[in-house]
Amino acid sequence: MKRDRKGLSLLFWLFSSLITLFPIYWMFVVSAKSRVELFGAPTFLIKSFFSENYWATLTNTSFQGYMFNSIVIATSNALLVTTLSLFATYALSRYKLSGKENIFFWTITNRMAPPAAFLLPLFLLYTQVFVVGDWKMFDTRIGLILLYCVFNLPFAIWTMRGVVDAIPQELDEAAFVDGASTWQVILHVILPLARPGLAVTGILTWVFAWNEYLFAATLTSVHARTITTGLAEFVTVTGTNWGQMAATAMLTLIPAIIFLSLVQKHIVAGLTFGAVKG
Amino acid sequence: MRPQSVGWLFMAPTLVILFVFGVLPFVYVLVISFFDWNSFAADPTMRFSGVQNYRDLVFDTGYLMSLWNTLKFGVFAVASEIVLGYFLAQLFMRNFPLKSFFRTIHTLPLMIAPVAVGATWRLMTVPGLGPIPYYLDKWFGYDYLISRYAGQAFFTTVVMDVWHWTPLVTLTLLAALSSMPKEPFEQAQIDGANKLQTFWYVTLPLLKPAILAAVFIRLMDAMRTVDEVWMLTGGGPAAATRYVGLYIWRVVFPKTDYGYGSAMSLITLYLTIVMCWLLYAGLVARRDLRKPE
Repeated sequence: MKRDRKGLSLLFWLFSSLITLFPIYWMFVVSAKSRVELFGAPTFLIKSFFSENYWATLTNTSFQGYMFNSIVIATSNALLVTTLSLFATYALSRYKLSGKENIFFWTITNRMAPPAAFLLPLFLLYTQVFVVGDWKMFDTRIGLILLYCVFNLPFAIWTMRGVVDAIPQELDEAAFVDGASTWQVILHVILPLARPGLAVTGILTWVFAWNEYLFAATLTSVHARTITTGLAEFVTVTGTNWGQMAATAMLTLIPAIIFLSLVQKHIVAGLTFGAVKG
Repeated sequence: MRPQSVGWLFMAPTLVILFVFGVLPFVYVLVISFFDWNSFAADPTMRFSGVQNYRDLVFDTGYLMSLWNTLKFGVFAVASEIVLGYFLAQLFMRNFPLKSFFRTIHTLPLMIAPVAVGATWRLMTVPGLGPIPYYLDKWFGYDYLISRYAGQAFFTTVVMDVWHWTPLVTLTLLAALSSMPKEPFEQAQIDGANKLQTFWYVTLPLLKPAILAAVFIRLMDAMRTVDEVWMLTGGGPAAATRYVGLYIWRVVFPKTDYGYGSAMSLITLYLTIVMCWLLYAGLVARRDLRKPE
């Protein structure tokens, strides 16, 4: 009887996992087949891995640029956000700032803004206001890096606040007594203890920045295009080269899959924005 | 002891970035929404037009239709996700072999870029390639073509959203369930409550904050869905899946009618907030009624 239930639950989870994984698996199948093989009834096994689709994408120079941009933008954004969030949460946790709870709350609400409502003003700001001589913030990597902070900083501050609050104040008091500067305290006391939390925050921030599409598509034109905009171009521009589109999409989601395995346990608090402690 | 100014110094970069890229655009969009401004029109200058842009919105059937479709999409998707997510979360509360493995698999869709999700589902549904239209036709003789039938396109976007975001609800509710106290359940058992009564009078009230949080997060996300639907249907057929974010981005934006687009962005933002607030007020009020003390 008990064995039966166990078998049944295993069967259920296998079935449920199949539904979850199938769309991704199907994309992989399409990416590994040539145009001729894709013709006709769908087949779910790969006889021989057709790597041409992947090579076509990887050797495409404009796509290489997109990938480079995405890596630079996501990495810079993650570094910037984790650094700033560490400073901000240190200030919130250790100083008696007037109205700091309000500031904290205001910071968080920045995350709730729907991107579509901000596309238009940001486009105008980037093309007409944030202009220095010949230089515009439009179509620059730095433009996207700073913009993604608006969505990622609130998230990072939220998650890091708990981490920094949990570090006992006595530790930094002791360091101060020993004559350390504030800077040294952050670097040698807070940073080592906050490192695990910072790592998780940084990884999730990186994935959010990597995955972003709408702003990247609207606020760039040539030089700062990212991998997600490259993927979208396959649908709108090249039309029906499904194999290559699938290969491109696979390349887009590889980092996400790698990182998921790293932060799997901490993902709840991260993605639900700490609404529920995971 | 330690001066406040140092603390503010540490806060400063964060506050500056959030102000310049978060608050400034908001103020800017608010100002523009009261102007008549189209940089490609015969007269490309900004002219003050009062609330004319807002007045026009009421008669913009394209916009109203997209709002209505977005609302339908949000309600269908979020309701399914909550039910399915709760069911999965309850099952995850039990012990079974390979639990963390299955949990990782069920988290996977969350990490995928929305654009890639759209691409995936396009590959699933495109005629002549995807397995969904092929087998629906072969086994049931059902004509599935989301580039032609509006209803099918709508439900495919809902299914895609459910596939993508149910894991979030599952994880949220799972976290809440595992941190719930045991005593109320034991008490209910002693009092002889059956399963349904326990669910209604114990589990649901205890779980309410988590469910509310999940509903809000998901509803706000659903109201601003753009990338996935754009990749899957392109907003079509006709305007059936042209949700409000897509409408602003693909229809209003290219027209460079900045004043009007700003008004639309603001009203959409406002409606989202009002909707969440109403929902919150309604749900919290009901809880207070049920607790006569």
